[in-house]
Amino acid sequence: MLDKTVYLDNAASTRLDERVLDAMKPYYFDTYAVATSEFGYSMGIDAKEGLEDARATIASSLGATPDEIVLTSGETESSNMAIKGVVSALAKKKGNHIIVSKIEDFPVLNTARALEKQGYKADYISVSPEGVLNLEELESAINENTTLVSIQHANQEIGTLQDLKAIAEICKEKDVLLHTDATHSFTRVPIDVSKIPVDLVTMSAHTIHGPRGVGALYIREGTPIHKWMDGGFQESNRRAGLENIPGAVGFAKAVELVTPEENKFLASLRDHTIKRAEEEVPHVILNGSRHQRVPQNANITFHYVEGESMTLHLDMRGFAVSTGSACFSRSLEASHVIMGIGGNHERAHGSLRFTFGRYNTMEDVDSIIDAVKEIVARLRAISPLYEKNK
Amino acid sequence: MKFPYSEKVLEHFKNPRNVGKMENPDGKGLEGSPACGDMVAVYLQVNPETKVIDDVKFESYGCASNIATASIITELAKGKTVEEAKKITWKEATEELGGLPPVKAHCSVLAVEGLRSAIRDYEEKHGLVSAKEPTTEIVVRSRLKHVMNPMAGLDIIRTELVTKIDVKEGSVRILLDLPSNHQFAAAIKEDIIEKIESLWDVNEVKVVFTE
Repeated sequence: MLDKTVYLDNAASTRLDERVLDAMKPYYFDTYAVATSEFGYSMGIDAKEGLEDARATIASSLGATPDEIVLTSGETESSNMAIKGVVSALAKKKGNHIIVSKIEDFPVLNTARALEKQGYKADYISVSPEGVLNLEELESAINENTTLVSIQHANQEIGTLQDLKAIAEICKEKDVLLHTDATHSFTRVPIDVSKIPVDLVTMSAHTIHGPRGVGALYIREGTPIHKWMDGGFQESNRRAGLENIPGAVGFAKAVELVTPEENKFLASLRDHTIKRAEEEVPHVILNGSRHQRVPQNANITFHYVEGESMTLHLDMRGFAVSTGSACFSRSLEASHVIMGIGGNHERAHGSLRFTFGRYNTMEDVDSIIDAVKEIVARLRAISPLYEKNK
Repeated sequence: MKFPYSEKVLEHFKNPRNVGKMENPDGKGLEGSPACGDMVAVYLQVNPETKVIDDVKFESYGCASNIATASIITELAKGKTVEEAKKITWKEATEELGGLPPVKAHCSVLAVEGLRSAIRDYEEKHGLVSAKEPTTEIVVRSRLKHVMNPMAGLDIIRTELVTKIDVKEGSVRILLDLPSNHQFAAAIKEDIIEKIESLWDVNEVKVVFTE
């Protein structure tokens, strides 16, 4: 084991902040009762108070009211709940058509695919080479049967931010509900639902140094939505299951700990990574938009080399990053995001995603770029593709 | 640290043997494509008298399993006669490496195929094979054994993805048991075309999906 792993895969998971753990602990050891009504016993009332305070914190970070926040087990559940809940509520009243983008993360993408198998219709809107949604295509795809549009706020791999305001205005004008998966932008690029007419927002704690398996869904008041998991009457009868109160408290603490200064710092790590890679390594391309981008993501393709070879060499030197290469993934499938922005397999295979978090430093960035430079040069020296294209 | 590969695989991955391009090789083989994720080139220098492989080099655009197998294959082939080298199997190579994760089998098969196609190229160039064989269904089928079905990690023939092959006047039509909107459709198609269009008497390749 090396003394220290330089972890630059913060879009996948983050190190828990000790302050988050400290906030959670009392709800495991002292106030561990189920949340009760005000007519319950004291420990339950205290637990309920902890839960509701957490909800209020999460709500206010979004410009929402506490009643509009449902706590969940994370991104996957939130997006499933939003999409399946709305299409089910509107299937008879309105129609069976939904719209998503081609580069959604799997909770949205595979929910759309699963609904298609059940007889729903789905359209997958294309994006520009920078990953920006084609708004005209969205507008013309909406028809009288469309019940829901689900477009992510920020992309999980290439970090491109969508113009949520423009998307929301189109949906509002066409009288269609809008869900956005904000897992990779939440608190990093704040959304204010009191200003942007988005109806449902997916959030997760795992990307902001909060606990894993905790998330939330914002549901604008009055949004027609069916409960999709049967059970008890928790979360105002919108989400069955024992409330994860320590998780909720940890999530709220994690939200509080994100500051504009930190986001600025992450952006400086991002910019430094991109600058050094572009200046010091030949044949690289930035994936995603240069300007419409979350502060914590840099995704770069190093042409003529394969991603798993790069990440394995990096791992041997103590760096953790991910790649869009098919060889790296569990599905052995090249990144649908890189393919979606018009990239080919080679571009996906050679991509590295660097995602930054609270515990990274400028030294981390410099040391990984030094390592990448050397590894890429070594792998290119043995690559049959490199000769041809040099 | 925990790696999914044996010590020997990692060692060959870190320090691959016999790498680089060879100027004026006696035989050259190129297998795989960027679409399937891996690509390997093998170069041979063969003694015209003894038919012993005096030198062999490889280049790889691939993952650790591809690089390590290509590296070990060059070690195994060097000093053997062409006939002996032809018989080196994928199994032999992986055993020599102390095993490979099953899911990475296709990446390493490619390295073995690279050596075989370099030998074939050597034989063709040196008049060691009879006149050019016309493309038949059997030829196409044997080439398609080099196209991977990423869902299974085995080729598309063995996994029965190919339902029909028509060869007629330079036009090859291949029917697949796969819908055109399948996640791997484009990659498999690209791979098939690459493998078949290089046949000397083929001027058109059509890949037909279900639906």
